[in-house]
Amino acid sequence: MTTTFIFAGSGGQGIQFSGKQMAKTGMHLGKNVTFLPSYGPEMRGGTSNCTVVVSDGEIGSPSVSSPDVLVAMNLPSFDKFEPKIAKGGTLFCDSTLVDKKSAREDIKAVYVPATGLANEHDLMGFANVIMLGAILKNTGIFGIEEFEEFLVGSIPPSRAALIEKNKKALRLGWEL
Amino acid sequence: MSEKVLMKGNEAIAEAAISAGCLYFFGYPITPQTEVAEYMARRLPKVGGLCLQAESEVAAINMLMGASSAGTRAMTSSSSPGISLKSEGISYIAGCDLPCLIVNVQRGGPGLGGIQPSQQDYYQATRGVGHGDLRLIVLAPSSVQEMASLTAEAFDLADTYRMPAMLLADGALGQMMEPVDFSVFPKRELPEKTWATNGTKGKRKKNIVNSLFIEPDKLEQSILARYERYAKVEAEEVRFEEVMTEDADIVLVAFGITARIAKSAIAEARKAGVKAGLLRPITLWPFPKKRLNELADTAKAFLSVEMSMGQMVDDVRLAVNGKRPVSFFGRTGGMIPSVEEVTAEIMKIGESL
Repeated sequence: MTTTFIFAGSGGQGIQFSGKQMAKTGMHLGKNVTFLPSYGPEMRGGTSNCTVVVSDGEIGSPSVSSPDVLVAMNLPSFDKFEPKIAKGGTLFCDSTLVDKKSAREDIKAVYVPATGLANEHDLMGFANVIMLGAILKNTGIFGIEEFEEFLVGSIPPSRAALIEKNKKALRLGWEL
Repeated sequence: MSEKVLMKGNEAIAEAAISAGCLYFFGYPITPQTEVAEYMARRLPKVGGLCLQAESEVAAINMLMGASSAGTRAMTSSSSPGISLKSEGISYIAGCDLPCLIVNVQRGGPGLGGIQPSQQDYYQATRGVGHGDLRLIVLAPSSVQEMASLTAEAFDLADTYRMPAMLLADGALGQMMEPVDFSVFPKRELPEKTWATNGTKGKRKKNIVNSLFIEPDKLEQSILARYERYAKVEAEEVRFEEVMTEDADIVLVAFGITARIAKSAIAEARKAGVKAGLLRPITLWPFPKKRLNELADTAKAFLSVEMSMGQMVDDVRLAVNGKRPVSFFGRTGGMIPSVEEVTAEIMKIGESL
């Protein structure tokens, strides 16, 4: 089984972090993974995206034209990638920032007001982690416990204060 | 839990070089390979080495020449435009028979081009990097694991044959992250560097590292001696991977990141009933020409897939030597071919057979 993701949004939204966590968790669970970031001028601000492949088998191409899962954290990302989602795939969309619904009937669409929820729960900057919780819940790709373990493991000791916020955000997305 | 770490290709090169005993790095920043230098700057001083950001690529390659002359394990890395700047120095290094590693994390050209991945420096790496009769051992990784393992291997090959080696990667491999296991690299028995200019200590005649031979017969002799070593490399160091070639009607030839796309494409083509296979050269020089020629006895057609306007395809044609048709598909300028378009190309050839 192979699952392909595109995470897309604005620079600073933690897009690359989300993708890396997905890849890291897959690796720790013994799967093959690739993480391919965009590294063009977009990483200096503007749009940011990355492609993640998680597979039980060998991964051919690390670049994906039609992902199984799209995570769109802003409108340009929605416009660019929503038409490319594979048939039967899933769209995760930050509905606080994207004022649009998908018209496609061959995909599942999950609208998560991640940025709004982050603001309401004193979790500014954790909209991406809220979204990760929702992704785990709706795709079942990894269990929340194992994902949380490697998420916490990725936080350097110097930033231990962020552990609780990450956990809270992840659970918030999961429980929606 | 596995021993693997999730790492960028560029970081994997640097870590593998350090574990292989490389103590000196000379470079100049350029996207998409800067993480190599960044990692080296962080780690080398801690292991008693030196990472030096030179004033230019030209300076860096000449510092590498010096470090290698002294018998140390040393390297430089850059991306396409930077390698062009280094090519004079590379020719001198080849002329002096110095082992070292040069990494090219390719980006789109010509000129300043772009910063996205490309394979447009195939000719440069295998034919035209610097003036004179010379070869580099050219290794083409296609995963982050190979970015590491082939870096270690390149140092050993360079030392064994006393010649420069190049790791020819691309921006995608440099930037992407994959799990890497650093515990699996085999070590070779290496010759002692009796030629190194590292001080006679009053116990031996002085060594001279030189590429200037004014008398043509002496220069010819030095080149002939070098080509004997090149012949040995061609006989013993060819490396490649084959995927489903046994019964393949169409054999794709692709290296680096493109080979992975080709691998996905042959699987798709087989689902659609076309028997496709892949030969992935791991050494671009020496090129797996003998094996390709053998495959031309069973396969009906060849397709070279590259991120260029078609460079390696020349070597495929030379290898197949007219036995079978050889066609080309590529994207260039930083565009990565999609699995779908490569599959379509295979299907097109399939229909014509």
